[in-house]
Amino acid sequence: MEVDGTNERMAAFLRDNHDKIAGRWCDLIVAGVRGRTSREEVRRELDDLYALVIRVLSRADEHAGGELTAALDELSRSRARDGFSPTETALGVFSLKEAVYELVVDAADLVPEFLAFSRMIDDLGLRTFEEYSAAREQIISDQATAMLELSTPVVRLWAGIIAVPLVGTLDSARTQLVMEKLLDTLVATGADHAVIDITGVPTVDTEVAQHLLKTVSAARLLGADCTISGIRPQVAQTIVSLGIEFGDIATKATLADALGLALSQAGLKVVPA
Amino acid sequence: MDKVPISKIGQTLFVSIQIDLQDDTAIRLQEDLADELAATGARGVIIDITAVEIVDSFIGRMLSTVGSVSRLFDAETVIVGMRPAVAITLTELGLSLSGVRTALNAEKGLEILNGKS
Repeated sequence: MEVDGTNERMAAFLRDNHDKIAGRWCDLIVAGVRGRTSREEVRRELDDLYALVIRVLSRADEHAGGELTAALDELSRSRARDGFSPTETALGVFSLKEAVYELVVDAADLVPEFLAFSRMIDDLGLRTFEEYSAAREQIISDQATAMLELSTPVVRLWAGIIAVPLVGTLDSARTQLVMEKLLDTLVATGADHAVIDITGVPTVDTEVAQHLLKTVSAARLLGADCTISGIRPQVAQTIVSLGIEFGDIATKATLADALGLALSQAGLKVVPA
Repeated sequence: MDKVPISKIGQTLFVSIQIDLQDDTAIRLQEDLADELAATGARGVIIDITAVEIVDSFIGRMLSTVGSVSRLFDAETVIVGMRPAVAITLTELGLSLSGVRTALNAEKGLEILNGKS
């Protein structure tokens, strides 16, 4: 930022026209977000920012810069969480420039100050954008973790028979999680049959098949029988054309068939009541 | 050198490994088991590895070998109580322990052996 006194003049200008500029700024933002936040709320946020901008410009204290960026970061993060678009978020900062510009147009002697001020606002706008995308990244990774947790339930079908219905694409990280959860459940429940149902798995390539085979052999090492069910016609075609061998692992068309197999291996029979 | 005790219960030899196996201990256990099988004519071996937290490829192969050796004495080997982490490790090492049966716990292992006879 410039040190040649232009900032002080700009600060004085902003202070003198506080109500006009802040009011106009507020109007621009409220128009931009189309009623998703109330005018009072926007005004409250802006008054804080406005005061901070003046403090930065007038170099009142060295903490002002840090406080301003912190306030902006917080604002951008909350905008990202509330589902505002990046444009709307950045516009929140850039419209201050527009509000000031409308007044400066009449006062020709403030042009150099306005240019410096405009550069500062640009920097702040970019910072908003950066913080916005960082917050979004955070949200996405949180959701991915939550989905990973959600997507691997281990359900008990019968005494001694558990099933893992898999839905969605299988990758290494997920298979690892499935494997661990399945094995832990086998040990915890003492079940000796497990069914892995892949009805919801859209594609099976060599890697996924490898993962499935590993899971089955790990379950076998614990002493449990493992059946794979829900192989769809298309998936079966792919598996055969890729030359993947499931060896002596039992595969069944549906979860019901797999349950039937597990029941018969456990020496149980379902009869009409 | 640590020694893993082998106890005979009926027609079954019961081995509970409660230490982290070193290679020499493993080899000794393998030899002791063969001696014991020859001496007692037991029909089954149960190896309980509930307390084993770490296995390497050597131990994995030793377990397989024990299975093959017991088969020569017409005895079946059942590995019981493997921990999930151990199972994952063995799978990653590419060891599927062919030649031995596995069971979740000692009770189920005994059922397997008794079902056979």
